[in-house]
Amino acid sequence: MASETLTHGPNTDHNTDNGAWQGGKEPFKASYGKLMIWYFLLSDAFTFAGFLIAYGALRFSVPTWPVPDFVFSTFPGGFHHKPLLFVTFMTFVLLTSSYTMVRAVQEGKLENKNGVVKWMIFTIVGGLGFISCQAWEWTNLISKEHMTIFNNPFGTHTENGVYLMGDGHDIKEGDTFVAGASYLIPHHDGEYKPLQYKVTDGPDTDVVKEQKMGPKAFGGLFFFITGFHGFHVSIGLLILILVCINAASGLYVKRKNGYEMVEKVGLYWHFVDLVWVFVFLVFYLL
Amino acid sequence: MSTVTYEDSKKVALKSILILAVITIIEVLIALMGKGYIIDGLHFPHSIMAIAMISLSAYKAYLILYEFMHLRYEVPTFVKTVIIPAFLLVWLVIALLVEGGYYFGARESAKNPAKTEIQK
Repeated sequence: MASETLTHGPNTDHNTDNGAWQGGKEPFKASYGKLMIWYFLLSDAFTFAGFLIAYGALRFSVPTWPVPDFVFSTFPGGFHHKPLLFVTFMTFVLLTSSYTMVRAVQEGKLENKNGVVKWMIFTIVGGLGFISCQAWEWTNLISKEHMTIFNNPFGTHTENGVYLMGDGHDIKEGDTFVAGASYLIPHHDGEYKPLQYKVTDGPDTDVVKEQKMGPKAFGGLFFFITGFHGFHVSIGLLILILVCINAASGLYVKRKNGYEMVEKVGLYWHFVDLVWVFVFLVFYLL
Repeated sequence: MSTVTYEDSKKVALKSILILAVITIIEVLIALMGKGYIIDGLHFPHSIMAIAMISLSAYKAYLILYEFMHLRYEVPTFVKTVIIPAFLLVWLVIALLVEGGYYFGARESAKNPAKTEIQK
C-alpha cells in the first residue's frame, strides 16, 4: 500500500534526489547562505526600525526637540553655521562605497579576480572614510559641545527674550531671540553655564530666566542609534577585509560560484547603506 | 542576472548611484530651504517637507534594495518573503507616534492641573 501511494503521488516523475524537500534543489533558486543573509538582514531591519521608531515616539512626547540643522552645523577645520554640510558629505562617502561594492560583485560574476580585489579595496577605503567622519562628529559633539548620553545642552527657547550675558562667541549681551530659536548651553570649567535672559513678552514679561537643558533623551538616542549603525559599519569593514584577502588569495576562484561570498558581504554592506538612508532621514532631515 | 549583460548592469549601477546622489542633494535642499536657510524668509509647512523627504527616502530605499541588492532579479516569492514582513513596521510607526503624542498631552495636563480649575 505504502509503495503504491508513493508511486502514484504527485512526485512520481521526479521522486529522486531532486525532489524539492529531499535536498539537492535550492528553494527560491538561491543558495542557503544568500537566503539566510537576507533573513538576517530582515531581522536586523526590525531592530533598527525599533530604535528609530522609539526616537520618533520620544520626540513626539516632548514640547521641543533639538533642531538638526542647528545641532549638526559644524564642519572640520573650525567651520561653523554650515547646517547639514558634513553629514551630507558622510552620506556621499557611504553611497560611493556602496557603488564600488556593486562593481566588485559584478566583477565577481565574471570571475575576474583582480577586478574584485580592486573594487573591494575602494569599498574598504570608503567605509574607513565614513567611520572616520563619524568619529570626528562624535568627538566634536562630546568634547566641544559637551553632549553626553545623559546630558543634552541643545535647547529651544519657548518665549521671546533678550540675553543679559554673552557666551563669548556668538551671543553678546543684549542680543534678542524669538520663541523657537535654538541654543547651545556654554560649558567651561567642567560645568554647564546656562546664560541668563529676560523674557520680553507673554505672561512672564520681565522675568529673568536661565537657559534650560534640552530633552534628555536626545543624547542617548543619538549616540546609541548612530553608534549601533557605526558598529555595523565596523563589522562590515572587518568582513570586507577578510573576504578581500580571501579573494586575493584565490580561494574563491577554486569555488567556481561567481564569488558568491563577495555577493553576500555586498548584501550586508548595502544594508548598512540602506539603514543610513533612514538614520539620515530621521536624525538629520526631519 | 542571466538576462542582463555585464555592460548593462554596469550602466544600471552607475545610473542608480547618480539618482541616489541627486535625491540626497534634493532632500538636503528641501530641509534647508523649508527653514529659510537658502532664500531668506521662505518657509514650508513642516508636514509637507516631512512627506516629501519621507517619500524620497522610500524611493532611495527601493533603489538600494532592488538594484544594488539585486532584489529585482530574484524569484518573486522570495522577494515577497522579505518585503511583506517589513510592512508590519508601518503599523508600528503609526501606533508609537500616536502613543508619543498621548504622552505629550498627559505631561502637559500633569504640568498644568490649574487649567481645569480655572475653567470651572
